Amino acid sequence: MLRSLLLSALLVAAAGAQETPQAFVGASLYPISGPSIESGTLVIHDGKIVALGPVSAVQIPAGAVQHDVSGSVVLPGFVDTHSHAGSVEGGDGSGPMHPDARALDSVNVRDARIQKAQAGGITTANIMPGSGHLLSGQTLYVKHRDSKVIDDLLIRRPDGSLAYGIKMANGTNSRKDPPFPGSRAKSAALVRERFQEAIEYRDRVAQAAGDADKLPPRDLGLETLGEILAGERVVHFHTHRHDDILTVLRLADEFGFKVVLQHVSDGWAVADEIAASEQVLGASLILIDSPGGKLEAKDNQLATGSILEQAGVVTGFHTDDPITDSRLFNRMAALAVRAGMSREGALYGLTMAGARMLGLEDRVGSLEVGKDADLVVLSGDPLSVYTQVLQTWVDGAKVFDRGDPQDRLYAEGGFGASHDQGHHIHGIAQGEHE
Amino acid sequence: MTRRQRLAALVAGIASSGAAFGQIAVTGATVHTAAGEPLTNAVVVIEDGKISQVGPASEIEIPDGFRTMAAAVVTPGLIDARSTIGLSGYLNQEHDQEQVEASAPMQPELRAIDAYNPREALVEWVRGYGVTTVHTGHAPRSLVSGQTAVMKTRGATVEEAVVKPLAMIAATVGDGARERGNKAPGTRAKMAAMLRAELIKTREYVDRRSAEDEDRRPDRDLRLDALGEVLEGNVPLLVTAQRTQDILTVLRIREEFDIPVVLDGVAEAYDVLDQIRDSGVSVIVHPTMMRAQGETENLSFETAARLRDAGIPVALQGGYEAYVPKSRLVLFEAGVAAAHGLGFDDALRSITINAARVLGVDDRIGSIEVGKDGDIALYDGDPFEYSTHCVAVIIEGEVVSEEVR
Repeated sequence: MLRSLLLSALLVAAAGAQETPQAFVGASLYPISGPSIESGTLVIHDGKIVALGPVSAVQIPAGAVQHDVSGSVVLPGFVDTHSHAGSVEGGDGSGPMHPDARALDSVNVRDARIQKAQAGGITTANIMPGSGHLLSGQTLYVKHRDSKVIDDLLIRRPDGSLAYGIKMANGTNSRKDPPFPGSRAKSAALVRERFQEAIEYRDRVAQAAGDADKLPPRDLGLETLGEILAGERVVHFHTHRHDDILTVLRLADEFGFKVVLQHVSDGWAVADEIAASEQVLGASLILIDSPGGKLEAKDNQLATGSILEQAGVVTGFHTDDPITDSRLFNRMAALAVRAGMSREGALYGLTMAGARMLGLEDRVGSLEVGKDADLVVLSGDPLSVYTQVLQTWVDGAKVFDRGDPQDRLYAEGGFGASHDQGHHIHGIAQGEHE
Repeated sequence: MTRRQRLAALVAGIASSGAAFGQIAVTGATVHTAAGEPLTNAVVVIEDGKISQVGPASEIEIPDGFRTMAAAVVTPGLIDARSTIGLSGYLNQEHDQEQVEASAPMQPELRAIDAYNPREALVEWVRGYGVTTVHTGHAPRSLVSGQTAVMKTRGATVEEAVVKPLAMIAATVGDGARERGNKAPGTRAKMAAMLRAELIKTREYVDRRSAEDEDRRPDRDLRLDALGEVLEGNVPLLVTAQRTQDILTVLRIREEFDIPVVLDGVAEAYDVLDQIRDSGVSVIVHPTMMRAQGETENLSFETAARLRDAGIPVALQGGYEAYVPKSRLVLFEAGVAAAHGLGFDDALRSITINAARVLGVDDRIGSIEVGKDGDIALYDGDPFEYSTHCVAVIIEGEVVSEEVR
């Protein structure tokens, strides 16, 4: 086991994607971008989807590895817009805003929760620092590839830059003793003050026109805020209460930044306002088993998904791992359906909605020719409690297989299921007590 | 009963069940009785709050004037075998958190009935999903945190809700019991030492209490009185233990003092299945979706199934949560357990008849059988399926919820 895992890790690191075409034959395909295909074939090659359609219509390339997946259901890999897997950190207690702090510099890629996310069919995630600051730092968009170092997880944009957003929060989590704000008005005032500073910094840099004598001293934080102002980075805004949600919309309007509303517990109360905002890329929901647990979540309800859907808001979901379990991400969408959201909307919420909120809709979130070969193979209805994730593929590489005892340990739990992967490398085999 | 009489009855352990008795007949396309095979197209008749008839629709005559209801699936009212609702309020602010009293590590004299708030939002919340009975009380947050009680999820007063005012005494062996700073207990060994010392002291107290010479009898000590109930075998010690070593510690203490014990949590039970089975103790398994972290890092979605496979009956629980969600729904926990090896029938038993047996109330609740309380939950499909709704809930013949959830 140890050797084969090490070997496969090396192979993945070396090759990245399967060079031999892989054909998944006989499953129900849910492309999300179009109607489902009852008995379909999906072909992937070099990490991309190269063909899909009814079994009768798709020519399987010569030499392709064929996977008989009849009876199962294949969807695009799930997109989790808000996770804390990898024990990610952002800014510290020295102040309320840390636009210079990067999730990139803090993620533990051997965290077992990344394996558990694979076991839940999550292939793309936005790993974010917490909500205890007005701005806790830069987030990190990752693919849940098998990895040894952080570089293995990264997503690069077409220009080669890293894909990530910015984490902000309002409400009570970021309210503390000075230098943190002590009230909601002060929270908004501090954010406005800092963005105003960023505008001035941006303008001074522009006016200097490259003249080193005129350039202000380089400020990493204000540079990042400048990227937000320029629309190059999306703000992921933790916000629960109806009035806090509106404060987010007000700030986004004032500074012209694009925003994803995260949690949105009271979204049901201000659905039309959210829908009307041109700054909002979407709302990402966490649905919890009972309201409360904290004051701001006292009116959290399962119906928010349905209400936002009807208002026309791009509506997705997140795990907030470890708040909810990445292995049960489909449950979030199913609970939204329980309270009236359409099945189509809920499945879109697990996939394309998240892709759009991360600006990755051209690469992930649906089964379309040319998109990344990120797949989840399910034993049945994606919204059923009885359904299991059978396989997860990222960029054409299988990262989870329920038939593999080690992967099954992550999927079901048991001794060692939460230990860092590092234990493997050091010879303490996980699951030996199983 | 006057208020004073009710209180007297309560203290004496005689539960009053409230006044509103219902006359109602419930038809189910499928009726899961938890007392045998499921019935198809069957009727449950509740008369004066008790189940008076159960059987195929063709054989049951519904008495005149009875209200009738129908649903796709009918189950016994669900039982959450270990919760803290009514004590740990949903707002999670200081003023609504009664589940642990941090002033001392062992306070078995703290009664759940003095802390339970029947109007707490979470009581109504779990009821809306079909939970009609909760075993609730002090949390697994100190060595001996206090008492638990069995409540129906209705009533405006604790007297109207209570089924069993002193169900168990809640204890914890493991990280939950660890005190901070230099306060005891700070280690697992110290926890066991303190528990043993307290039980020895209680035994001496109980023995002296019945001394023939009145002068030798001790002054009344509420704390030792409470633990004395355990030593005399009247009330089980409910011990939360997640790690293998903690489970074995509990079994060791149980044997040393010959006391009734119910194991709670048992995240690593799969490594000590034989020892648990041979001890004969009852088990209330951790919530299936409990977070795998700290001492529960090794828990499994399959814990309940593994215990069942080993021949150990399991009850499931909503458990205690310190944050979001403040209360889990035992219906959902059982659903995930059903899907991870436990199967439908055993999952339903784990939140009905098995739970009733662990709590010692199976003579009254836990299954749809003639003579038992008319506690019924109605669903529009498989109760465990994510998108199924609970459509009505009945407690002792009274329709307490008709909200579609």
